Amino acid sequence: MSTSDQQASPPRLAIPELLIGVGLLACAGAVAWQTLAIPVSPLYSKVGPKVFPYMTMAGMVILSLLLIVAALRGGWQPDEEKETPTDWKAMGFVVAGLVANLVLIQPLGFTAASVIMFVLVCFGFGSRHPLRDALLGLILALAAYFGFARALGVNIGAGLIENQLNALISALVGIGRG
Amino acid sequence: MDTLGYLAHGFAVAFTPTNLLWCLLGTTLGTAIGVLPGLGPALTIALLLPITYQVAPEASFILFAGIYYGAMYGGSTTSILLNTPGESATIVTALEGNRMARSGRGGAALATSAIGSFVAGTIGTLGVAFLAPIVVKLALAFGPAEYFSLMVLAFITVSAVLGSSSVRGLTSLFVGFVIGMIGVDLQTGQPRFTFGMGELLDGVDVIIVAVGLFAVGETLYVASRRYAGKDEIVPLRGSLYMTASEWARSWKPWLRGAAIGFPIGALPAGGAEIPTFLSYAIEKKLSKHKEEFGTVGAIEGVAGPEAANNASAAGVLVPMLTLGLPTSATAAIMLSAFQSYGINPGPLLLTTQANLVWGLIASLFIANVILVILNLPLIGLWVRLLKIPAPQLYAGILVFATVGTYGISQSPIDLIILYLLGAAGFLMRRFDFPTAPVIIGMILGPLAETQFRRAMTIANGDWTVFYRHPLSLTLLTLAFIGLVGPHIWAWIERRRTRGPEHVPGDA
Repeated sequence: MSTSDQQASPPRLAIPELLIGVGLLACAGAVAWQTLAIPVSPLYSKVGPKVFPYMTMAGMVILSLLLIVAALRGGWQPDEEKETPTDWKAMGFVVAGLVANLVLIQPLGFTAASVIMFVLVCFGFGSRHPLRDALLGLILALAAYFGFARALGVNIGAGLIENQLNALISALVGIGRG
Repeated sequence: MDTLGYLAHGFAVAFTPTNLLWCLLGTTLGTAIGVLPGLGPALTIALLLPITYQVAPEASFILFAGIYYGAMYGGSTTSILLNTPGESATIVTALEGNRMARSGRGGAALATSAIGSFVAGTIGTLGVAFLAPIVVKLALAFGPAEYFSLMVLAFITVSAVLGSSSVRGLTSLFVGFVIGMIGVDLQTGQPRFTFGMGELLDGVDVIIVAVGLFAVGETLYVASRRYAGKDEIVPLRGSLYMTASEWARSWKPWLRGAAIGFPIGALPAGGAEIPTFLSYAIEKKLSKHKEEFGTVGAIEGVAGPEAANNASAAGVLVPMLTLGLPTSATAAIMLSAFQSYGINPGPLLLTTQANLVWGLIASLFIANVILVILNLPLIGLWVRLLKIPAPQLYAGILVFATVGTYGISQSPIDLIILYLLGAAGFLMRRFDFPTAPVIIGMILGPLAETQFRRAMTIANGDWTVFYRHPLSLTLLTLAFIGLVGPHIWAWIERRRTRGPEHVPGDA
């Protein structure tokens, strides 16, 4: 539908797009490797569990080659997207928040880890009120925990309420110190 | 029982106090997430999937349907007042609606979009009620080979025909296939694509994929582009009541929009983008006020596409309920909710689960009524939601993403998979790969494989079964035309307009 693809200026190698094409080819390789690893009982030799994976792999190989060809011809990014610089700092803080959440969710519990993630992500997005964000994050995490998780019956964290309250207190202490 | 009888029965199911409450909850939540940028119905329904372990199927599907419809209404509010389409299907609404808001007619734009959504949503839901039993009769003639071919057709239309590039759309679809194959093969019990990890034996939960792509990926993308442009909320001015001339200019586009949207949605092609763009083009052509298009904003350009959007959203439910064929990310996630109840949508659904299906359809009528009330007199409430600042909004989305993912099995592995998918989602967003085909491929891929293997087993391993059956051959031919046709068409156009010159990069 869009015609932006056809406005590509003189064919020039597009590195990011090339990497995506090559990456997809590597994924196809991984699919092939995992398909070979599927044990097949002779009973199912006709249309067994391998046929569909092989078809998928073939499709991926063709598609990745087409993507590589497109990359060699200058890629497909619209100019607007290409000219916008990536805000690495903002992304860095969001990623830091996600990693902190991953690392801390077991030792500190869901609430504390969420508060830390909330503050880091807000900071990445340009908020400069970490204390206010921490409070908001705490309210939201508790609301998510008691309202959402309990109502859905999903169990978060090692999880009884004492544990959560402990996490909450340690989060408060952490905020008080920091 | 005929359709009307079933429908009366459905209203009896939907009008119980608890189900009305579920409907109210769903529509309210749906409007809210539709209004908020960065949140959509697919993500919300995915996060709420665990509710299927808690309540009866009727209740959760009434909730999900309310969210699905509500998001359409809410998305148009954001498009009109913020010029950031909350949903891909409301891009067109933003074109004229935002201009109307800027020239002080935001109230009329919101009113024509809400009332148009109501009219088209009601027509579309009637369409579902009357078309579904007919499709079921056709579907009873389908064997495994026909089902497989139909799925191939759906794969092609959702990934290759829609969107800006068939190669990138199909790439997303195939990535979805791979994710869908992870885990134990249901027919032979062999583990596939687990890389030797026990955690992957159960497969990757659709919640994780939807949350990773739509919440984490989207947040990373917005963060990376934060300085690209600041959104400005246009203050709501002007009366919410349309003048007589605005009514006169709106009602035909509503009906035309519904007439365009429903059939396209109901075809196993899905997607609300094509009908909205089509409706916009038609209204622009037919309008007596062409000078308003692209300048002060033409009300026809809001009324038509909004109606088309809602009618096609209703249409998508036809293949979903009668054939088990989801053609949008949201429908695919609703299909996995059916699976979670052990219900297989298909031709038998309408009779074996009459309470569920007809209760759901009846609740859609009720949802439309609730939504038009929620979105007109109470519009001020939703405008306030738009004022939530981006930092806290996206940080909050990630907190809920954690609840939804970590809550499944309290395993950090799930979070790692979530973040990897988030990174993939970011790259896809950045490099213009559509994300919906991943979800559709992941849910529909295993079903297509099952039908494929069933057909091959019945035919004793004879591949010709797919083109010896006339119906199957027709579907495959259509799929082939869908895949190749646009390229040939573009090639002919190019030769005609620019001569046989070589144009690179049409991937």
